[in-house]
Amino acid sequence: MATVTLTVNGKSVTATVEPRTLLVQLLREQLALTGTHVGCDTSQCGACVVHVNGDSVKSCTMLAVQANGAQVTTIEGLATGDKLHPMQEAFRENHGLQCGFCTPGMVMSAVDFAKHHKSPTEQQIREWLEGNICRCTGYHNIVKAIKAGTEAMGRTA
Amino acid sequence: MYNFEYRQAQSVADAAKAVGADEEAKLLAGGMTLIPTLKQRLAKPSDLIDLGGIAELKGIKREGNAVVIGAMTRHVEVATSDVVKGAIPALSHLAEGIGDPQVRNRGTIGGSIANNDPAADYPAAVLGLNATVITNKRRIAADDFFKAMFETALAADEIVTAVSFPVPEKAGYAKFPNPASRYAVVGVLVARTGGAVRVAVTGAGPVVFRQKEMEAALGKSWSADAIAGVKQSAGGLNSDIHASAEYRAHLVTVMAKRAVAAAG
Ligand SMILES: Cc1cc2nc3c(=O)[nH]c(=O)nc-3n(C[C@H](O)[C@H](O)[C@H](O)COP(=O)(O)OP(=O)(O)OC[C@H]3O[C@@H](n4cnc5c(N)ncnc54)[C@H](O)[C@@H]3O)c2cc1C
Ligand code: FES
Ligand code: FES
Repeated sequence: MATVTLTVNGKSVTATVEPRTLLVQLLREQLALTGTHVGCDTSQCGACVVHVNGDSVKSCTMLAVQANGAQVTTIEGLATGDKLHPMQEAFRENHGLQCGFCTPGMVMSAVDFAKHHKSPTEQQIREWLEGNICRCTGYHNIVKAIKAGTEAMGRTA
Repeated sequence: MYNFEYRQAQSVADAAKAVGADEEAKLLAGGMTLIPTLKQRLAKPSDLIDLGGIAELKGIKREGNAVVIGAMTRHVEVATSDVVKGAIPALSHLAEGIGDPQVRNRGTIGGSIANNDPAADYPAAVLGLNATVITNKRRIAADDFFKAMFETALAADEIVTAVSFPVPEKAGYAKFPNPASRYAVVGVLVARTGGAVRVAVTGAGPVVFRQKEMEAALGKSWSADAIAGVKQSAGGLNSDIHASAEYRAHLVTVMAKRAVAAAG
């Protein structure tokens, strides 16, 4: 067993894990942060995307021990109380989801996108979503939501 | 996933000692290939030795007429580096086309070339740009590094520390990506460095290879037209659910022409 200490959504957490424990397992099973989803076992769907030290990563393809000492943000860490994060608000406004399974990963990926793109084109958004798969929406409203959310984040930054 | 012991290596020497002492131990870089492999129970290492904490393995620098990239440098860093964009834009373009943003945020150049997946992008850059692979023991020329499918010249306790890319006069990379993973169905890197032309093909065969007929044709005349008539033989090429050997052979010429056009 190994002991890891990391900051999750601003709070310091210490946990005992097996070396083979994935970051997503630590988040979901030990910390009960079940907003982060698992949609595949091939590292391709992006339902599990969280931020580690500010970068979007697939938490199903990272060991919890590799996140020792890191700053981790999950979907639960975006809103401020009852006030949704601008990207969450944009997904709601633009109907950027249907069943919602892919949504936490989409939103976390989109927030990282917004940090690198100030006035994005549709093409840039679609390319960025290479690692996020949605079975429901056909992506159209997700792309609209990310455009709106990115612009909103630019206004509040 | 089978269980294993995990340890952060303190230095390259420390990591080399750990993998040298135990043949069941494995190095862990970005984990973007190794962790999916472990999840499928396709490997059962006793120990994972994490290279993630070794600062000397990270970073990109210009050294004379070469760009030297540390083994633990992530794809995103190569894609966005001003040094790489300025000296070898084809290389930043290649890195930007690997997988997806989250794979690029973790995966490393050292892990990619050590793994030597037949459909990986970096082997085309290493071979096409005539790079030198630097390890904890020696310097290996690109022509001697990639041996066979998932097989390289690396010894069990040998660690890639950096890759040195000579700056070319012209270089371009074009790939036909697998629509799901972005791995290369066929990827071709063309380069002219110090007057010598190289054409490296990944994805098509069991291991990256040079297309010498195209090299000769481009050596005479650097233009997409010069290679339009060069046909790659389908013999020995990969055939799978994504593409037949014949289709891959056809794509080699198409991608090579596009790569020359991209190189300008
Ligand atoms: C969804 C998905 C899509 C992908 N798409 C592409 C793509 O389009 N093109 C592409 O090229 N790749 C693609 N990849 C693979 C990705 O680029 C990996 O990052 C890369 O193949 C391995 O790098 P890594 O740092 O993750 O290595 P790891 O997975 O950590 O290690 C891979 C192997 O290399 C060994 N190793 C690692 N570092 C060293 C070193 N310094 N010295 C010696 N041995 C070492 C390890 O022991 C292991 O055997 C994709 C991966 C995923 C999950
Ligand atoms: S669950 Fe992580 S990529 Fe699918
Ligand atoms: S909304 Fe159902 S998977 Fe995307």
